[in-house]
Amino acid sequence: MSAQPFRLAHGGLIDRSRTLTFTFDGKSYTGHPGDTLASALLAHGVRLFGRSFKYHRPRGVLTAGSEEPNALVTLREGARAEPNTRATTIELFDGLVATSQNRWPSLGFDLMAVNQLAAPLFVAGFYYKTFMWPAKAWEKLYEPLIRRAAGLGALSGQEDPDHYEHDHAFCDVLVVGAGPAGLIAALDAGRAGLRVVLADEGAMPGGQLLTERVQIDGQDGPAWVAGAIAALSAMPHVRVMRRTTVFGRFDDGEHGAIEQVADHLPVPLPGQPRQRLWKIVARQTILATGATERPIVFDGNDRPGVMLAGAVSTYCNRYGVAPGRRAVVLTASDSGWQTAADLIAAGVTLLAVIDTRAGVPEILTAPIRAAGVPVLTGGQLVAAKGSPLSQVIAADNQGRRHSYAADLLAVAGGWNPQVALAAHLGHKPVWREDIAAYALGAAPADVSAAGAADGVYGLAGAMASARAAVLKAAAALGTALTPAALPAAQDTAHAVSAVWATGPCKAKAFVDFQHDVTASDVTLAVREGYTSVEHLKRYTTLGMATDQGRVSQVNGHGLLAAATGKALAETGTIRARPPVVPVAIGAFGGHHRGRQFRPTRHTASHDWAAARGAVFVDAGQWKRAQWYALPHETTWRQSVDREVHATRNGVGLCDVSTLGKIELIGADVGTLLDRLYINGFAALPVGKARYGLMLREDGFAMDDGTVTRFADDRWFMTTTTANAARVMQHIDFARQVLWPDLDAQAVSVTEQWATYSIAGPRARELLAAALPDSDVSNVALPYMGAVAMRWRGYAARLFRLSFSGELAYELSVPAHLGAALVHHLCDVGTLFGLTPYGTEALGVMRIEKGHPAGNELNGWTTAADLGLGRMASKTKDYIGRIMAGRPALVDPARPRLVGLKPVDGVSAVRAGAHLLRPGATPAPSHDEGYVSSACYSPTLGTPIALALLAHGADRHGEDVVVHDPVRGADVRALVCDPVFFDPAGERLRG
Amino acid sequence: MRIPCPFCGARDSREFVFRGDAQPVRPGGDDAGAMFDYLYLRDNPAGAFEELWYHAQGCRNWLRVTRNTVTHAITDARLARPEPAA
Repeated sequence: MSAQPFRLAHGGLIDRSRTLTFTFDGKSYTGHPGDTLASALLAHGVRLFGRSFKYHRPRGVLTAGSEEPNALVTLREGARAEPNTRATTIELFDGLVATSQNRWPSLGFDLMAVNQLAAPLFVAGFYYKTFMWPAKAWEKLYEPLIRRAAGLGALSGQEDPDHYEHDHAFCDVLVVGAGPAGLIAALDAGRAGLRVVLADEGAMPGGQLLTERVQIDGQDGPAWVAGAIAALSAMPHVRVMRRTTVFGRFDDGEHGAIEQVADHLPVPLPGQPRQRLWKIVARQTILATGATERPIVFDGNDRPGVMLAGAVSTYCNRYGVAPGRRAVVLTASDSGWQTAADLIAAGVTLLAVIDTRAGVPEILTAPIRAAGVPVLTGGQLVAAKGSPLSQVIAADNQGRRHSYAADLLAVAGGWNPQVALAAHLGHKPVWREDIAAYALGAAPADVSAAGAADGVYGLAGAMASARAAVLKAAAALGTALTPAALPAAQDTAHAVSAVWATGPCKAKAFVDFQHDVTASDVTLAVREGYTSVEHLKRYTTLGMATDQGRVSQVNGHGLLAAATGKALAETGTIRARPPVVPVAIGAFGGHHRGRQFRPTRHTASHDWAAARGAVFVDAGQWKRAQWYALPHETTWRQSVDREVHATRNGVGLCDVSTLGKIELIGADVGTLLDRLYINGFAALPVGKARYGLMLREDGFAMDDGTVTRFADDRWFMTTTTANAARVMQHIDFARQVLWPDLDAQAVSVTEQWATYSIAGPRARELLAAALPDSDVSNVALPYMGAVAMRWRGYAARLFRLSFSGELAYELSVPAHLGAALVHHLCDVGTLFGLTPYGTEALGVMRIEKGHPAGNELNGWTTAADLGLGRMASKTKDYIGRIMAGRPALVDPARPRLVGLKPVDGVSAVRAGAHLLRPGATPAPSHDEGYVSSACYSPTLGTPIALALLAHGADRHGEDVVVHDPVRGADVRALVCDPVFFDPAGERLRG
Repeated sequence: MRIPCPFCGARDSREFVFRGDAQPVRPGGDDAGAMFDYLYLRDNPAGAFEELWYHAQGCRNWLRVTRNTVTHAITDARLARPEPAA
């Protein structure tokens, strides 16, 4: 364990009674609970945290918050390694492991730093200028080179072992940020009875009350915060969310927030996610998000040891760490003088305070001068030198140079209110001369800014501003508010002047630290005509890094304005977009990954099928048995051939519960069905089923299925598995929007019924044995007949329908009885050799019968293409009728459904292969169609296929070439009728 | 975005399916030109726009929603099916 030479003897909100051990780049360090990784490393005197993106410049800590552009590290190791994590926000835990990034071979000695020598190549727009020619070299040479040389941390490449979840919250008032303004806003709103969510990105609420030495209501900051949080926690309608960053604001009061549930722990607690993505819906939003300090642009302003003044105060006051031993303060704002006082109080040797402003109030300078510290007003900073910082060269108002052997330079360039959230929906921040910053301006009706986020920096002022924001929100919500007196507090001086750059800025003077954009890049862009803020951003990549330009953006605008002679009110600022902080893709994915990517639906007899050796296939969300493998079967074809043979020669059982099922009730259902299907239904007798085909309104086939009439006003429709939801929506559109006058109700009952197909020559015998109380004779239940019945006391339905072409029935029972029915059928079925079959055998039998299915109902085919043109009624209107008559849709040259058999009787014809005339050159212009479905027919002993072939209906008996250049050689095939088996349909009527 | 379903209340837009312009009325008869216009001709206004949304993950009602295409502000949402007279 090493000592912490930069740790102050007293102070800070850290628990000095406990010591935590961690490593950075393999070296062991110590810290305390309450530390961040940055504060603990600074306590050890570590200055160098990383290398910059483009030039590999050594970089240290710039800030103490989530806006940090420099100190990005990879946190944790192995699969949990998280690149580009801000050391300034990582809460220290025991055993933490972090490594620096973008350096090779080591952080201290980085070969890629030679990029600096090539800096002239990497100027603004270098992508567009340098790597233009030859074009081929981009992919092979330039891009890989740039990607290796420039960049940040790398992903682990392993699966994330942690999980992420989603949650929702609803409130009247969302308060973003729990500094003094946010706490007052939440207290006021909560006391008025409003439902409040108070979200703060930190582990500890309090904001500036934790980082500044202030008194509030006679207490020090942290004590008052503890009281406020206790008061809020006692209100059941107030939710305080710690470690929760609101990163985006969307329509209708929706906010995205990320809660870092377990990022402060080595691994998440059992059952806990690592992060939780929140959608917070708020009627009113109060942004108490504070302000971000601006750096000042000067030569060497990126040296490790140059730090924002507010961050310096934070490290001294909150973490008890002196970020240096010999400090200089450079300021353009009153707040820099507070940092000077903080440094003196922390015992740091203050070498000088340089204020770029000429007239600085005596009240600020006097205490500093009294401490014997030289003060340069109207000064300039010429250069910062050394890595880490060892020398600061300044010029006084007479131009005389002063050199300071400093290891810390605190820079106070003024403050930017954080109003990005308000801008996400298009609200434009306005330039305010009085605070020299962009601020909210005229706020949208449901948003207010409070405290520093509204440009009010003093403590008393911030709380008054929060009170005003709550009054506005309460008025909008119609709630009366009788606020208590605000806590007593002092306002500190916060005047600021707009200073963007100081000194010569000839060498490396950085505007955007994370993307290595310099002052000269900005002026170059302006010279080249990129004079709008949005062009500047894209040409130089200013503000496009992971920090979203939170510290850099406004300085860039200031330099642009100076170079173009415009006012900042005129240039405007760029449009802020979500997210405010980087959010892991895993958080957006949540539980939707792997097996949970989408819901899995099991039919009622899934477990039975699994026990029978079923191999399952995904059909949408459903798991369907593809085939049932017997122990001795080594290939899927053996199983499928056996299942087909058993069904065609005995009896088979297939779970068809996944078909979409819709119950329709009403006097006008027949009329509605007439308009939905191309064929007629109104005259369908009770107790009968009919096959139907639906078109889309554009004339193409949409779905097919059967409709059964169980009473004058009661109908039952089936759809394909894939289109169940779509057809439901289509029916609802037809009955609610197109023809609301029809008396027709429709409801999906897909999950209410378990349905089994019993098919084969012995199907009737089996059913007669399985349902002894039902008459299943051909007279009582002829082909396309249906009866409602009871099974074990429950409603059941028996249909005489056949997809396989065999004598077949479909038996439906309530879903909870599905497994019982299957077991019953199997028990009875042992006498008949009942064989379960899966979707593959089902597919083989439907191809043998020439039935179109999903491969043919593919959105490109018409009824006539599928050989179903004669079904279309000429005497009624139906959806798709007019458009199906378009010339291109009735063109006889359109591909029509045909059957194909290999001429040699053995060669496989593969789905997806294209069809050519014999002798034709394989070229798109000679393409005559394609194979849509193919299989080996165990019934015929040959491969067969369905295809869509130009002029197909007239070409039965011709030969075509099945061209399959990707998977194999060409196959000669005979065109035939698509119905390969029992074309007269004698088996299914028997 | 949240849609104020008249049946379910304000709900997350992810529960809904968007169809588009609510104005076109399906023509009866055999006029292919009128059917073509109904199917394919659409205005694309900037501002208030009445459109059809289906509450697929809710009450399954088709709604007529008046939404400002510039601001996404929803000013009206009613059932597409005329409400029965009280």
